[in-house]
Amino acid sequence: MKNALGATREEIFQKNLAEYGQYHFMAKKYSKGSTYRNLSQLGVLMSLKTFPGGVHPHDFKHFSKTAAIDKLPPPEKVIIPMSQHIGSPSSPCVKVGDEVLVGQLIAEASGFVSIPQHASISGKVTKIDLFAHPVGTKQMAIEITGDGLDKWIELVDDENYLDLTPDEMKKRIADAGVCGMGGAGFPTHVKLSPPKDKVIDTVILNGVECEPYLTSDYRLMIERPEEILRGLENVMKVVGASKGIIGIESNKPDAIALLQKHTASKANIEVVGLKMQYPQGAEKQLIYAATKRKVPNKGGLPMAVGVVVQNVGTAVAVYEAVRYKKPLLERVITVTGSIVKRPANFLARVGTPYSVLVDNCDGVNTEIGKIISGGPMMGFSLPNLDAPMTKGSSGIVLMNRTEAKQLQEHTCLRCAKCVDVCPLNLLPSLIVSAVKVEDLEMANKAGMTDCMKCGSCAYVCPAQIRLVQWIDTGKIKWAALQRAKK
Amino acid sequence: MNDKLLVSPAPHLHDRTNVSMVMWNVILALTPALVMATYFWGIKALMLTLLGAVTAVVTEAAVQKFRKVPISVADGSAFLTGMLLSFNIHANSPWWLPVVGSVFAIVVGKQVFGGLGNNPVNPALLGRAFLLASWPTLVTNGWIPTRSGSINGINPDLIGTNLQTIAPKAYELITSATPLKVAQTIRDTSFVSSLTGSATENATLASNIFNSLFDMGTLKAMFWGNIGGCIGEVSVFALLLGAAYLLYKNIIEWRIPLFYIGTVFALSFLFGGITGSRYSVMLPFFHIFGGGLMLGAFFMATDYTTSPITKRGRIIFAIGCGVLTIVIRLVGGYPEGVSYSILFMNVMTPLIDRLTMPKAFGEVKK
Ligand code: SF4
Ligand code: SF4
Repeated sequence: MKNALGATREEIFQKNLAEYGQYHFMAKKYSKGSTYRNLSQLGVLMSLKTFPGGVHPHDFKHFSKTAAIDKLPPPEKVIIPMSQHIGSPSSPCVKVGDEVLVGQLIAEASGFVSIPQHASISGKVTKIDLFAHPVGTKQMAIEITGDGLDKWIELVDDENYLDLTPDEMKKRIADAGVCGMGGAGFPTHVKLSPPKDKVIDTVILNGVECEPYLTSDYRLMIERPEEILRGLENVMKVVGASKGIIGIESNKPDAIALLQKHTASKANIEVVGLKMQYPQGAEKQLIYAATKRKVPNKGGLPMAVGVVVQNVGTAVAVYEAVRYKKPLLERVITVTGSIVKRPANFLARVGTPYSVLVDNCDGVNTEIGKIISGGPMMGFSLPNLDAPMTKGSSGIVLMNRTEAKQLQEHTCLRCAKCVDVCPLNLLPSLIVSAVKVEDLEMANKAGMTDCMKCGSCAYVCPAQIRLVQWIDTGKIKWAALQRAKK
Repeated sequence: MNDKLLVSPAPHLHDRTNVSMVMWNVILALTPALVMATYFWGIKALMLTLLGAVTAVVTEAAVQKFRKVPISVADGSAFLTGMLLSFNIHANSPWWLPVVGSVFAIVVGKQVFGGLGNNPVNPALLGRAFLLASWPTLVTNGWIPTRSGSINGINPDLIGTNLQTIAPKAYELITSATPLKVAQTIRDTSFVSSLTGSATENATLASNIFNSLFDMGTLKAMFWGNIGGCIGEVSVFALLLGAAYLLYKNIIEWRIPLFYIGTVFALSFLFGGITGSRYSVMLPFFHIFGGGLMLGAFFMATDYTTSPITKRGRIIFAIGCGVLTIVIRLVGGYPEGVSYSILFMNVMTPLIDRLTMPKAFGEVKK
């Protein structure tokens, strides 16, 4: 398989290896050097910042953490969903049969809280229809069949990009279709447009990657630190923040060290090592750990406490959008799991079917029990590998049958382990028992609508109650009730 | 391949603990105490405990069969209930006592309410309360000395060689009652004044007995468990060992034991003094070592189902247990107060939970 640049995948792999060899080596040392890690964790344990609650799942990152980012050639076909973000779906502006270039606009934003979509390969639009989506449902998408030429639209190189006004920057970000790449997918230009009366003083870059298994952000941090920093500076400029913080979990000491080295001369940017604890990367938890500020509940936003949070991947996308006017059409995605033959971190085009990604890992060595799109704590399990990767796809985790074994639900013991780990200080067991008897008022008092579905409670429950599922059921019922009242 | 793929909501990871792992771990944590009891009282302590545990298991299985629900005795929770019940009777009990107690604990204390997770009070403690109400003398009297000493760890020689002749009542007290009973009786002025003919002699004697409770030897005896008491409660050492294991395994949480023991410690320090005796700083240790507190605080008050789920609630619950224990021991006429206090606070648990609903992270103060 050759990519557009005429190199085989193996060659690129070797090139990556040569280029990033030293980080490669570092990562290896840390991954097996538990002594080093334990010592370093012991030494800084007390000084490491964190949040109350949470759990400590094994991180399973060793499968893919040493695999340098592998740039995949453009696939034969991509499926680009119109909904890759929070907000209204993009509206297609091409027809079946149209020829498109890489980076060409194929769907426009349908409002302020929306983003445009761009072709990620060059070729022909072959279908506009419902396709499998990585959240498990079928959604509207544009299928492009490639011509194998990888012809791009023209990009610019604006060396003085930092002289642009915040509004110009924001426009480039919006035009490039950038949205949060850590999971939720909130349109970035919206996040960067706080109301006039809100002063934003701090931008936090989320390099926590607290989901077990995933290593895409980690690889990005150790391979492209400069771009991340430029993205951060961009974001700071847009919102007028004076301080930048990069939060990284302590299980990535090399990433912390590297970014610290790169920011040594920058007084306004701080790299903060955070305790390895799930969900350290949840927005509110990260803000609390890094700044001790508490984002108000019931729909409170980070801007309420003067903070904007961006994922490290998003920062790179922002940088590329502002400097090169490059649309967000590729990202780093981890394909991993104990059964994956060659776990990898791919730089792949948005819309690449999951099956193509898995094939590029040489497949699996035993029967698949579960396919998870995203991380194992908050990701979606899928019935097959048909879905395409989106701008928010951070990984694919494949589990074998044993790992995927469904556990039997028991009666709640009232052991309160769920209460102890809930990072939002809710009463998960009480919510669930209230939902079971349809007492939604009670469920709400116990915090139902605040729940962010992090899954910590269900992770520890010795009765193996699927708490998140029950809480979700309650939320849906509650929303229906609210609608009926209106 | 598709039909074999599991599609389920997140999270897709679990720490793989389960109910039986929790229960069998608690049983494992109680084993050192059982070993100590067997060492001090011989095979009888072991037999009584196993009898109680096996009865509980059989009873639970029978009731579940009758209720036509899945039989879940393998999860260890019935075994644990039976074991805890037997731990709360003394080694000289008749064989049928743990049997009756276990049947009551399982049937009335647990299955009537729908089994594990639904019982309002600790079944083992309810079983014990039932035994105490039905056969008070059997439960409170008849302590046997441990293999190697007197019942309460006090050496009568410490008080006076001819104690037996000058004050037979005092002699009987310190040779046949548990440490807590001694402490309680000796606070009773009418008992003290009836010891010998002379008032000053009485006071000195009482004070001597009291002080001897705090002799290093007595404390040591209490720590290792070489004293009279119920099967499972005597060896502080063994119980702490088990408790440390459970804390390490994250099976129990620190709030309840810490605040329970802390409250008893503080209150006995403040109010536990005795008229006519030198004040002793050892007194709090005596209160936390000398009875069922260690067993109660680490293994019974922490019972999942019957303690509050909120963090603040657990603290209130534990302090409540501590206050009640001290009130019963110092004001009430009963030497031991742990089981009743826990039972009472179990009943209060739903109320405590309701009053201590936590504020969500970031909740705006109104
Ligand atoms: S962790 Fe599970 S068993 Fe324990 S209180 Fe919560 S829901 Fe109940
Ligand atoms: S209740 Fe919601 S927020 Fe709390 S631990 Fe469970 S999933 Fe996370």
